[in-house]
Amino acid sequence: MPLLEVTDLNVRFETTQGEVHAATDVCLTVERGQTLGIVGESGSGKTQTMMSVLGLLAANGRAWGSVRFDDKELLGLDEDELNEIRGRRISVVFQDPMASLNPYRTIGSQLSEALTVHEELPGGTVRRRCVDILKAVRLSEPSARLGMYPHELSGGMCQRVMIAMALICRPDLLIADEPTSALDVTIQAEILALLAELKDIFDLSIVLVSHDLGVVAELSDHVLVMYGGQVMEYGTLTDIYKRAQHPYTLGLLDSLPRTTAAAGEALRAIPGDPPDLIHLPVGCPFLSRCPHRIGECEKTRPGLKWVEQEHLKACHLDGRP
Amino acid sequence: MSIQTRISLSPGATIWLRFTRNRVAVFCLGVLVAMFIVTIVAPWFSPYTYDQIDANYMHAGPDLETGHLFGTDLLGRDLFVRTMHGGRISLMVGLVATFVSLFIGVLWGSIAGYIGGNLDHFMMRVVDVLYALPFVFFAILLMVFFGRNIILIFVAIGAVNWLDMARIVRGQTLSLKERPFIEAARALGLSNRRIIFGHIVPNLFGVVVVYSTLIVPQAILLESFLSFLGLGVSEPMASWGTLVNDGRNEMEIAPWLLFYPSMFLAATLFCFLYVGDGLRDALDPRSR
Repeated sequence: MPLLEVTDLNVRFETTQGEVHAATDVCLTVERGQTLGIVGESGSGKTQTMMSVLGLLAANGRAWGSVRFDDKELLGLDEDELNEIRGRRISVVFQDPMASLNPYRTIGSQLSEALTVHEELPGGTVRRRCVDILKAVRLSEPSARLGMYPHELSGGMCQRVMIAMALICRPDLLIADEPTSALDVTIQAEILALLAELKDIFDLSIVLVSHDLGVVAELSDHVLVMYGGQVMEYGTLTDIYKRAQHPYTLGLLDSLPRTTAAAGEALRAIPGDPPDLIHLPVGCPFLSRCPHRIGECEKTRPGLKWVEQEHLKACHLDGRP
Repeated sequence: MSIQTRISLSPGATIWLRFTRNRVAVFCLGVLVAMFIVTIVAPWFSPYTYDQIDANYMHAGPDLETGHLFGTDLLGRDLFVRTMHGGRISLMVGLVATFVSLFIGVLWGSIAGYIGGNLDHFMMRVVDVLYALPFVFFAILLMVFFGRNIILIFVAIGAVNWLDMARIVRGQTLSLKERPFIEAARALGLSNRRIIFGHIVPNLFGVVVVYSTLIVPQAILLESFLSFLGLGVSEPMASWGTLVNDGRNEMEIAPWLLFYPSMFLAATLFCFLYVGDGLRDALDPRSR
């Protein structure tokens, strides 16, 4: 039984312009101890899909379908029940570490708050656990950091603190939402290495949301490609990177910058713009940008179909285009 | 260098450091502190009390020899002691009313702003309704029902001042709750109560402090206004407002009766406004 199983999840936002289809019939599974990478452009519904798992949608959003975590349905739980799971069983690391810490409170008070809301512990133990977790995320001089304020730390250090806060209650699942996007490249590599290390120590399952195929490739066992709020392709890391079949995945891979490119060669991009999530086309959301479209693509939305074991795609075409 | 050798400055301490660079504001803060101490301590050293009639020196001007430093009024009461006593009342009104409006306003505004939805609508309509109530009418109504009582002045002024505070705090809360650290706190499984009091309220600090320094003089002025209408503190007690009002009637024959209380009132209001100004500059991140 998978740790997290999302079935036919739909996320909608009511706006004055109309209904935003942030996610449509999304299915995904996360096995225990495994990492699922979710890739897609900005606005492809990656983040909102994962936020709806924890009931963290904005007030104008609603979600339906099924989210089963450890064989328990999460959709429809009330705030108190969700608070039991947030931070304790499922944690989130957000994109911007500097902005994700309260500027008016010390690192120590924020760390210990995360711990004490879920566990009743004597004071000395709380402090020890805080120091231990900061050691685990390899922050230098952990006990001195407890009394510091977020503005005294660098972005990379703040992200380590955020990871420490997420892991302090030893959750089963970590949702890392663009954990490295706000950091510079050298720090990115350190944070990814840290996540890989912590995954083994804490026996974690990770959902890694990123727009960066390189980041996802570092950590993931399986990869889910999203576009226009829908799943385009799903498979193991090698399925997606070596044997991708969906035209969108191929377009993404083709637009990665290459060190082998000749000097002066332009970077490749997928022409066109991401779809308007308020007025999604009837057929395939990738229709207008797809170089291989056929008549069928305009009429019906392709469902997910098996390519081989563990490898699925949502495309009317058979085989690799 | 080890990081332990450096002192961690909280955002509050940083603001204080920047505030102290503004010499005039620091001076005004000093004047205010002195004012508090003097109004409390000075009457102890005077041979007169605020309601004692000195029949030998009625309507006498300031005179060091008689001990009537600021002179006496029509009834021969010592103006110095009365000014100090009036200062106690005025400053107390200012501080208590500010504290009341701070407490209710922050609580009301942050809850309405953070929870949102129908509760927000309901709470803010309550504020609107209270806003629509004419202040003087409200004050007279209270006096009629409960008689003249100093507590009622606090209630009347507090009931008016928290409305602005609640609106300001709600507005700030609305923008704060979209900040990533609030989302992060929600993702950690913190209850609404913890988020409001542990994460929203500390971040309101700056705005609230600046606004409070504006409420204090406002409350003192409101009390003066009520006293002027005869709705304030009753004789023989005095506030700066009643003293100025009394002095106004006799300013041609006994100018000291108007001069001294007005000086104290004006100096206090000026200092509060200047301290507020200094705090606003210190809190402005662009002035770093």
